[in-house]
This record gives sequence, C-alpha cells and structure tokens, in this order.
Amino acid sequence: MSKLRPRHRGLPALAPFLWLAAFFLFPFVLVAKLSLSDIALAMPPYAPRLDLSKGLTGVATFLHGLDFDAYRHMVEDGVYAAAYLSSLKFATIGTGILLLVGYPMAYGMARCPPKVRQALLMMVVLPFWTSFLIRIYAWIAILKPEGLLNAALGWLGLPPIALMDNDPAVIIGLVYAYLPFMVLPLYSVLERQDESLLEAASDLGCTQFEAFWRVTFPMSLPGVAAGALLCFIPMVGEFVIPDLLGGSSTLMLGKTIWTEFFANRDWPAASAVAIILLATLIAPILIYQRQQAKLLDAQ
Amino acid sequence: MRRGPSAFNVASVVLGMAFLYLPILLLVVFSFNASKLVTVWGGFSTRWYAALFQDQQMLDAIGVTLRVGLVSATLATGLGTLAALALSKVGGFRGRLLFSGMIYAPLVMPEVILGLSLLLLFVAVGAPRGIWTVTVSHATMTLCYAAVVIQARLVSFDKSLEEAARDLGRTPVQAFFDVTLPNIAPAVVAAWMLAFTLSLDDLVIASFTSGPGSTTLPMRIYSQVRLGVNPEINAVSTLLIGLVATGVIAAYLVQQRRKVAEDAV
Repeated sequence: MSKLRPRHRGLPALAPFLWLAAFFLFPFVLVAKLSLSDIALAMPPYAPRLDLSKGLTGVATFLHGLDFDAYRHMVEDGVYAAAYLSSLKFATIGTGILLLVGYPMAYGMARCPPKVRQALLMMVVLPFWTSFLIRIYAWIAILKPEGLLNAALGWLGLPPIALMDNDPAVIIGLVYAYLPFMVLPLYSVLERQDESLLEAASDLGCTQFEAFWRVTFPMSLPGVAAGALLCFIPMVGEFVIPDLLGGSSTLMLGKTIWTEFFANRDWPAASAVAIILLATLIAPILIYQRQQAKLLDAQ
Repeated sequence: MRRGPSAFNVASVVLGMAFLYLPILLLVVFSFNASKLVTVWGGFSTRWYAALFQDQQMLDAIGVTLRVGLVSATLATGLGTLAALALSKVGGFRGRLLFSGMIYAPLVMPEVILGLSLLLLFVAVGAPRGIWTVTVSHATMTLCYAAVVIQARLVSFDKSLEEAARDLGRTPVQAFFDVTLPNIAPAVVAAWMLAFTLSLDDLVIASFTSGPGSTTLPMRIYSQVRLGVNPEINAVSTLLIGLVATGVIAAYLVQQRRKVAEDAV
C-alpha cells in the first residue's frame, strides 16, 4: 500500500479551500469592481452592470463604464483623508496603551503559581467569548454624563468629567475590548520563558530590573509583535466602538464604510473606502500571517 | 526555584481583572434594578426579565440567532477540521501559502470589509438575503477560528499513531476516524463552541448580509442601544453572558479534572 504522494497531502484542504476562495477571496474582486462603478438610482444601486446576454458588446460597455470617480471623490473631499488618519491614530494610541496595560498584566500572570495561572488564563479568555457589543454597551452606562462614573465622582465631591461621545471614550472602549487579544499572546511567550536565565543574569550581577530589561523583555518581543498586530489591524477598521462611544466628530474608516453603505446608500464609495482600508492593512496582515506560520513551524 | 509574584505583579493582575470585569458586573447588577435609570438603585426586581419574555421581536431575534449559530458552527467545524488537517501535514502542498493566508487573514480582517464583500457576492449571484446568507457568512468567518483551535491540538498529537493505523491496513479516512478524531475531539468541541459564540455575538457581518425577517439578536440589541441604555438590554445581555460563562467555566473545570486524573496516573 502506498503512502499518500506529496501532491495528495493537500487533499483535505480541498473543501475549505474552495469555500474560502468563493466566500472570502472572490468577493474582494467584486469590491474592487464596485469601487470603480458609479452610484445609480436602481436596485442594486450602482452602474454599470455586466450584461452577458449582449455578448462581447455587453462586456465592452461594462468595462467602458468603469472609472475612478469614487476614488477621485475621496481625494477631493477632505473628510475621507481625515477619517483615514484618525483611524490610524486611534489604532496606534490604542495599541500603545494596550501594551502598557497588557504587558504588566501578562507578566504578573506568568509569575503566579501554575494553578492560579490556569484560573487567571480562563478569566482573560472569558470576556473574549462574551459579546463585543454587550461589553461596549456596558461602558455607556458608566461613561455617559449622568452615568455611574460621574455619580461616583460626585459622591467623592469631585467635578464630573465628559467621557462620552468623544475621542477619549473611543480609546477606553478600544483598550477594554482588545485587552484579551493583547494579554494572551504576551502571556504565552512569558509563561514559556526559562527561569534559569533570570537566575544566571542575577548571578552575573544584574539587578531584578536589569534582568527583566535585558533578558525577559527581548525574549518576549515575538509576543509583543503578535499582540500589537492582533489589536492594531482590526482596530483600524473598528465600527462598533466609534459608533457607540464616539461622538459625531469621531471619524474612523469602519464607521465611514458603514455610513456610506447604510445611510447614504453609496455602494461604490463604501467599496472604495474598503479597498483603501484593505490596501493599508495588507502589509500588517501578511506580517502577522508569516509570524503565525513561523510559530507553527517552531512547534 | 521560581520566584513568586511581587507586589507589583499582583497589583497589575488584580487591576487588570477589575478593569475587565467591573463593567460586566455593573451591567449584570443593573439588570435587576427596579428603576429604569442606570444610576438610581430602585431595589431588586426581575421585571426586565419578565418584559424580555413579552417582547416578541426580541424572542424572534433570539430564534434567528440560535438557528444561524447552530448551522454555521457545525459547517465551520467540519470545514475547519479539514483545513486544520491540511495545515498540520508535514511538508508543503501546492497552494499552501495561499491557503494558510485565507485561514489567518479573516482572523484580523476588519468585519466591515468582510460584511461588505460578502453582501456584494450575494447581490452578484442574485441570492435573496436572509437567514441562509447570514449562516454562510458566519460559517466563512468562524471556520478560520475553528481551524486554528483544532490545528493547535493536532500539533501535539502523535502522528505515529495514525501511521500505525495506516500500516495495519486502514485507509486514510478510516485512520482519521479510528485514531485522529478521538484524540482531537476536545479541540473539535471547543472549536464548535467558539464558532457558535462568535456567530451569536456578531453584529457587523449579520447587518450587511441579513434581509427582512432575519434580524439577529445583536442587530436587535444594537438598534435598541442606539436609542440609549435600556434595562431590558441589560437583562438579555445578562442571560447571554450567563450562558457563555457557564460553558467556558464548565469546559475549564472538565479540563482541570482531566489534568488531576492524568497527574494521578
């Protein structure tokens, strides 16, 4: 009986491969096509539409109707550029704060006795399983002007603060929602670290902080990179958080796509923004993917 | 010798956990508030739960969400298992890079992009939007998570067992069902549960791909939340959180017991 030949190794991949090609890869072609179309008063609301019954003339008419109007409009209207920059700003600040909050937390977890570690790990995973929408909703009751935070401040005799429908509220929401995504990859590298290296460092005269800075931290960098990418990429396109916690002046690309699509019914504009967002994220996504593949091969 | 956690370590963990859990705790507490106002405690009451079960639109949305979740999670787990098997095979196959790209990219891809692209696909092929388009979309998104969870288990699975079964004359499919599947079963169950909860939680993709009559629970919650804080939403959220927490904690306890049993052997 023969072993599977190498080219048959991928056989189990066939069904998921075809599924993802049809429902993940191919739709991007449609998004790209639509971003070159124009808005029209029709259902679906765009033109041109490919009419195959007319044969080659149909294809020619269709190709002739494609243009870069949606992109031109985006360049001319400053609001898109502002949304683009502001998305990157939010994601960068959010990732930075997440590292500052998540690293000490993951580090602390990794230093706990194994039994406690397991329970803590479960506690970090639990919110990840809990609805994103509900967890953001929970913050509305806390942050709104007459909410619990200001009630607590008033009780302490402090003046109320405005932390709702503005940019700081969005940052709070981002940090809260993505904290498990930051802590988990950091924890997994810190937990695996060999304790004897730290002992060696201290035998060689390093203080505790020096040992951390020169041994632990450099060795945890793959976890830092994984956590940062895992948070940064989806945050750039985040919709729920800026929509529920941000104000009318809060601009983010995810919100722009949503508004163009649902409120303005401008499908070509929504597609053009999606293409720009995708073009921006493709490099970080590839880096993330390569890193995951490397981790896998290491195992 | 392992040094114990320092005071700083303990403080970071305690504060981090408080940050993660305090908002959820407040939400649960105020679902039992007799008053409609969030900052005023009007005494303990279950009136919002009663109101919830009178709310036909909410009940319909729960029905849609459960149906979508059950079907899409099952589809995703089947496809995800196959994908994990392919990814964990030693050595490459043609198209492996593209394939692993298609598995990992949806994990981080912003949901608005996935939702928009899937909607355009359904419009292009003329599929009427409804419960099935949401189901297919959720299966697409969650199969990647399922594949990653199952693959993590396959990595630690001893391949020689499967090879032994093959040497004893089992076909690859038989060897999978005899040896591999029983070994990775816990991961397959975990993958199904994750796919189900992700489907249960999704707002953005469902909003793009659903049609009239297929409003899911998160879509219903979202439209209510836009109107402001509402204790009935707290009640339905508490039920959802309770459901998920029970599942996760049960899985954790089962795992702990197995570990204790393994240590005892």
